Amino acid sequence: MGLLTELRSSISRATSSLFAGSEPKRIGIYGPPNAGKTTLANRIARDWTGDAVGPESHVPHETRRARRKENVEIKRNGKSVTIDVVDTPGVTTKVDYKEFLEHDIEEDDAVRRSREATEGVAEAMHWLREDVDGVIYVLDSTEDPFTQVNTMLVGIIESQDLPVLIFANKIDLEEASVQRVSNAFPQHETVPLSALEGDNMDEVYDTIAEHFG
Amino acid sequence: MPEMTTGDDDAGDGIQIDMISAERMDGLRTMEKIRLILDGVHDDNIVILEDGLDPDEESKLIERTMSEINPDGFTGIEIETYPGSDGGDGGFLGRLMGSDDPSKLTVIGPANRIETLHKDETLISTLVTRR
Ligand SMILES: Nc1nc2c(ncn2[C@@H]2O[C@H](COP(=O)(O)OP(=O)(O)O)[C@@H](O)[C@H]2O)c(=O)[nH]1
Ligand SMILES: [Mg+2]
Repeated sequence: MGLLTELRSSISRATSSLFAGSEPKRIGIYGPPNAGKTTLANRIARDWTGDAVGPESHVPHETRRARRKENVEIKRNGKSVTIDVVDTPGVTTKVDYKEFLEHDIEEDDAVRRSREATEGVAEAMHWLREDVDGVIYVLDSTEDPFTQVNTMLVGIIESQDLPVLIFANKIDLEEASVQRVSNAFPQHETVPLSALEGDNMDEVYDTIAEHFG
Repeated sequence: MPEMTTGDDDAGDGIQIDMISAERMDGLRTMEKIRLILDGVHDDNIVILEDGLDPDEESKLIERTMSEINPDGFTGIEIETYPGSDGGDGGFLGRLMGSDDPSKLTVIGPANRIETLHKDETLISTLVTRR
């Protein structure tokens, strides 16, 4: 091999690894409202970058805009994967501003929140069709996973040929059933965790690195 | 809550059901299908599709529904597909009919008037509230 060719090939190797490093996979965190998506996104961001993504809340639709944490580098067993974590609003087919009133929110604010929520859900659906490279689908394992929205969403994700992991969250709660979640979606890998307590995060990061790396 | 209104449609306090055949839907573009469904739902009808929507259409239906929700009336849709909800093989009926072409009977209605009481592989029980 001539010097020039050798030089050229080493340059191209250097640039290709440079670009590989600078193009993180964009991983969308999807799932129904209150599943713990933001809690998970914050934990991932805090564990690997030191700061959070956005506020968590028991009030549904607290996340009304997709929020991103870019260049989160997850190191596992010598391998490293860089992802952009996208926390999305919980997908639903209905939003009634009156439900916010039950959480002691004033009417004006409730109307504004519900408008933001609907825009956020529409945006999240759009992103799913165009702008994500992989999906973490978060479910509250204390709840019935067999809902129409879950079935539809997982179907939409599958039709886009996106790699997907099912996260069975809230295993710290007594009523949690991971089995029920994995039975609902046997075609995908299910990872149990508690995003709140930080339970089983090692397996969470191993699986993310394996799946999206 | 059953409530009589001075009806802005001919049906008064009745419930109109639009059953749309697979054949009718086949001839339509995605946005035409979504319009047909949402126009029905806006009129407070229950729309039943003989053969449902594909995932891409479902995704656009959700997106469109979100953009039409407003605090003065429309709160979105309730949608149930049958058979469904067990991921892989389309359930009992899906297996019976062959997984290549699982028919997806789909019920769609206004979220504030329709409530699913019970659903399993073989039965959807829906409560429709009169206006
Ligand atoms: N017990 C328990 N609660 C959780 C867990 N993850 C989230 N939560 C709670 O569930 C509620 C909704 O969480 P959030 O992350 O805002 O849900 P999102 O709507 O999916 O973003 C909050 O009150 C969280 O503290 C978990 O692993 N265990
Ligand atoms: Mg959130």
